Amino acid sequence: MNVQPDNKSMKRDFDIVGKRTARPDGIDKVTGRARFGADMSMPGMLWGLVLRSPHAHAKIRRIDTSAAEKLNGVHAIVTSKDFGPCDDSLLDIRENVMAREKALYDGHAVAAVAAVSKSVARQALKLIKVDYQVLPHVTDVDEAMKPDAPVINDKLFTKGLDKTPKKPSNIAERFEFGHGDVEKGFKEADLVIERTFRTAATHQGYIEPHACVASMGADGRGEMWVCTQGHFMVRNTCAGLLGIDVSNLRVTASEIGGGFGGKTTVFIEPVALALSLKANRPVKMVMSREEVLRASGPTSSSSIDVKIGMKKDGTITAGDATLRYQGGAFPGSAVPYGAMACFAPYDLKNVRAIGWDVITNRPKQAAYRAPGAPMGAYAIESVIDELCRELKLDPLDVRLKNASTDGSKASYGPNFGVIGLKATLEAARNHPHWKAKLGKNQGRGVACGFWFNFGGETSVSLNVNVDGTVGLSVGTPDIGGSRASIGNMAAEELGIPYDKVRCIIADTASLGYNDVTDGSRVTFASGMAAIQAARDAIGKLCERAAKIWGIPADAVVWEKGHARPASPNAGKHEPLSLADIAAQAGATGGPIAGHCEINAEGAGVSFATHMVDTEVDPETGHVKILRYTVFQDAGKAVHPSYVEGQFQGGAVQGIGWALNEEYIYGKDGRLQNPGFLDYRIPVCSDLPMIDTVIIEVPNPGHPYGVRGVGETSIVPPLAAISNSVSDAAGVRMTRLPMSPPNVLKALGRI
Amino acid sequence: MVRVQVWGSLKPAIGGEDSVEVEGETINDLLKALAAAYPGMDEAVRRGVSVTVNGEMYANAVMVPVKPDDEVFILPKLVGG
Repeated sequence: MNVQPDNKSMKRDFDIVGKRTARPDGIDKVTGRARFGADMSMPGMLWGLVLRSPHAHAKIRRIDTSAAEKLNGVHAIVTSKDFGPCDDSLLDIRENVMAREKALYDGHAVAAVAAVSKSVARQALKLIKVDYQVLPHVTDVDEAMKPDAPVINDKLFTKGLDKTPKKPSNIAERFEFGHGDVEKGFKEADLVIERTFRTAATHQGYIEPHACVASMGADGRGEMWVCTQGHFMVRNTCAGLLGIDVSNLRVTASEIGGGFGGKTTVFIEPVALALSLKANRPVKMVMSREEVLRASGPTSSSSIDVKIGMKKDGTITAGDATLRYQGGAFPGSAVPYGAMACFAPYDLKNVRAIGWDVITNRPKQAAYRAPGAPMGAYAIESVIDELCRELKLDPLDVRLKNASTDGSKASYGPNFGVIGLKATLEAARNHPHWKAKLGKNQGRGVACGFWFNFGGETSVSLNVNVDGTVGLSVGTPDIGGSRASIGNMAAEELGIPYDKVRCIIADTASLGYNDVTDGSRVTFASGMAAIQAARDAIGKLCERAAKIWGIPADAVVWEKGHARPASPNAGKHEPLSLADIAAQAGATGGPIAGHCEINAEGAGVSFATHMVDTEVDPETGHVKILRYTVFQDAGKAVHPSYVEGQFQGGAVQGIGWALNEEYIYGKDGRLQNPGFLDYRIPVCSDLPMIDTVIIEVPNPGHPYGVRGVGETSIVPPLAAISNSVSDAAGVRMTRLPMSPPNVLKALGRI
Repeated sequence: MVRVQVWGSLKPAIGGEDSVEVEGETINDLLKALAAAYPGMDEAVRRGVSVTVNGEMYANAVMVPVKPDDEVFILPKLVGG
């Protein structure tokens, strides 16, 4: 179901964009021909394994690798000593991929081995002796902020305060956003509600573990095959960590079995390269699921205070929030984005959001789909829901009354451009889901969400082949259908059938730099670059047609895949198709190609509204998702199936976050549930079909109106589900996950 | 002169104000001027910031031109998933 608001409908008629074209990777993936990270092998290849700290916080007094080195079949062992000086911007990554003076979390890498087999490497790990001095640890965000908490980094002094403190602490930075006078706003309210919420750390839950093969040659040139969201990032980071010229490292991105932000950084990749450098042999490394959960990059856990005031007519008079996120053992949690995004759906006169970035003895957090935003939205949207219930107001009407719209001053500062939040709310209000009847122990919840989106550095090459087909090289790994979307846009612009375009992900030596596939940027930015590369090629195709016809190039136009004379004055010439011109490319000047290298800007922010029905079993505390509908602005849905897939995927990951997923640490600071049996992501039997409504409010910053859609869909679910469960259970839920024990506690049953 | 607004916790870096006027014709000019005038801003700029001009977010396209009546905000450098 697509909805185009009347006042902002697309003005351009598309032939291919908006069609559900065949996915180019589909057959390969269902037949097993697709090559993922662990599918690559090289002659003489060794296996690499990592020795990880069993302690949450420990000083590393000594590492003795002598016995392991003597084991037959061991070719190389690396420790932090093998990672030398690097740029300041890489220091935390260097320490995260291999512990230096201290192990900072359970699972932190302390050494790695390359051997002829996994079995030998495993034996070698057992022979490495690490002398630890165990230190006090802290894994909870609120505990870590207390003055008497164990200090993890004695060089960390809180930033963002009026005066820098003289004592180190686990509080890395304070952020503040907002405008107006919140205290004045609360005085104007008829009802003020203040609540505290907590969310657990969750993992992106990608099915494919991190995997790579690294091969450094004796000539100092290397190559890597990596499962990643950004192979240019892998190249630059690994080269920077190991002192290799960027041009001497060629990285190819494999197919990827999910990333969701968790593969926007490196973990084992620099280690594999260091082992290969030392062994002079290719080295393959594949994380186990336990390693993925213990030592890759989950999201933050959080603790959030919210206070919101509302008038009886539903006007929000003030909003104030304090967000505390722990980002693992290094500064850089996503709390600033949570603080910026949490009130963004609302046009408020008085608003303030304060964020605290806190370190703990947990793995360094990584991005996870709209990093930081879901937790903030959970807290704010929950309090708005409670205010609506107390004041007996319709939650969609209240959201519409206060919704940000074109030109509204965002809670984080600037004024919005053209946005589609109200269109999502109106679509929700008009949807049959909103009026469907509910039964006993059932409830309904709604919530809104926001994400920034961005563009970034992007390169695309488009080669016109002799038979009239087109090869499109992009440098952004396809994690959500971008090859089809970008192929749609290139075919649209060239005026040729979609099946004449083949889009591939080029390696780092074959294309200019590309930022990571993140920020919901690829269909926007690589699509924009593909359109411009196509236009570049069209210019050259017109020049060749002009040459063939013997007329000036500016007397030729490109229409529906053909070069045509621009006017009768240009003479009578039969139109030449792209294939006609391509067949004569050699004779008319050589190969024809289009290129585009841009720093894409104008991404356009994105909003969504989610609606969900749940049923709570008061005996067991189990929550069943009965019905779920996503309403989101896509700008222009270039490939509706993939847009729907992004909407559904975000909702499903949000369902897992809301109901079951949780990093559980024991008193010893060790992760208790590092496997999918105990860390429970939703499976098909847990879910209804997620219904989707695509709203199209074109983004003026893109030639086809595209907005990123990949991240916003995970922002509203935590709140929408919590509001629904609160409605069903008759008690306000303030803690995630709403697992059976937590629901029973909220019901007072245990 | 262009009026540049900063996020809340950067206020101390520019003397406790929400905003400050600086000379410049591009985002790059503004960031350089701020970094030169205020040590706290120098550190923030070195760590990386995003800049919005009239609501449009720029992650690192610092050569974007700015005019005196533009609305310019400095925000933390964005990341995505």
